[in-house]
Amino acid sequence: MTQSSACCGGKGGDVTVDLAKVDGIIDKYGRDRAGILGMFQDIQREYRYLPKDAVAHVCRTLGVPLAKGYEVATFFKALSLKPRGKYTIQVCLGTACHLKGGPNVIEQFERELSVKTGDTTADKKFTLESVNCLGACALAPLVRVDEKDFGKTTPGTVKKVVKAF
Amino acid sequence: MPKVNLSVDGKKIQADKGAFLLDVCRDNHIPVPSLCHNEALGSDGRCRLCVVEVRRGNRTRMVTSCLFPAAEGVEAITQSANIALVRKTVLELLWARCPESDEIARLARSHGVSDVRYQKDNDKGKCILCNLCIRTCESVVGVSALGLSGKGPVKKVTTPFDEPSETCIGCGACAFVCPTGHIQMWDKEGVRNIWGRKFEMAACAKCGTHFAPLYQLEYISKTSGASMDRLRTCPDCR
Repeated sequence: MTQSSACCGGKGGDVTVDLAKVDGIIDKYGRDRAGILGMFQDIQREYRYLPKDAVAHVCRTLGVPLAKGYEVATFFKALSLKPRGKYTIQVCLGTACHLKGGPNVIEQFERELSVKTGDTTADKKFTLESVNCLGACALAPLVRVDEKDFGKTTPGTVKKVVKAF
Repeated sequence: MPKVNLSVDGKKIQADKGAFLLDVCRDNHIPVPSLCHNEALGSDGRCRLCVVEVRRGNRTRMVTSCLFPAAEGVEAITQSANIALVRKTVLELLWARCPESDEIARLARSHGVSDVRYQKDNDKGKCILCNLCIRTCESVVGVSALGLSGKGPVKKVTTPFDEPSETCIGCGACAFVCPTGHIQMWDKEGVRNIWGRKFEMAACAKCGTHFAPLYQLEYISKTSGASMDRLRTCPDCR
């Protein structure tokens, strides 16, 4: 495997993967290819994303073609091949939040953090993403940062949310 | 193999039990259009173009013939107003996805679709996600250099991490099998370009034609045990 820092648009910041640790995760699932999703989830928890080298190592160990492993890694939204920030900002764009101005809030976040939706800030602190309903429509438009909820947000409160972390 | 009696378009046919209807139709020279079916690879049920109507007793339903097993007493119809409508819809949607594809355009026009009413995609190329390339690479070539990535509107066929694949042998089987000509492959000055990778072509020991990537010959030699000396001569000169 060639060491490449440009992994799927993720610019730099690729961590060095501790293959022994990855081996431990693979062993946890009995080195069975059926457990590949669980392995990816554990690796994601460890590094906050799926480093390319880790994906390649899992595939090599399990004897799964890399193309198939890549299929799994790209299929699930819970898995990310790009490095993720320390905090994940989820801006709800479900029906209620959408009508109450969610798109304006996410736009303000994009400006405030200088990132596009789905991307991570240069300092690796925040990942901004949109979600389709968090189930708290009474608080629309809702912003969730990791476990913390901010209800009835406006573009004006975006700065406050960012400052809280 | 036990035989079953069925009828297609009123014609009585005897077929192997469990054989797929599309194969039965084609064996009996009844044309059914399809894009994702291949004799060597079998059925995948992707393109939905091979729909036929199947009647059993009083019930009629629309099925993909490529995945419908032949059974006793099946009455299939391959041409009807309903079928024509479904095929037209399928083709119109495929055409909207792949406006650049001449093959889709030709098929669509021949089925009476004159224009696309939907918004046309401009990021899908000519790919209809029929999976033939992936299945060929996996089960015929045996290297699995290709796979899908993502899902929904961003789903596409690609090499791992969208980078030149290390397992690809440059054989071009994917480009050959692609029904719409989506996969780009070109040979220029003894170098083959495919999936973002360049392969040095071997020149035939006798006629000098660049006939196959060196890497592919090495792969064939490794898997079949044939000597490189023999493989280095092109099939025409052997």
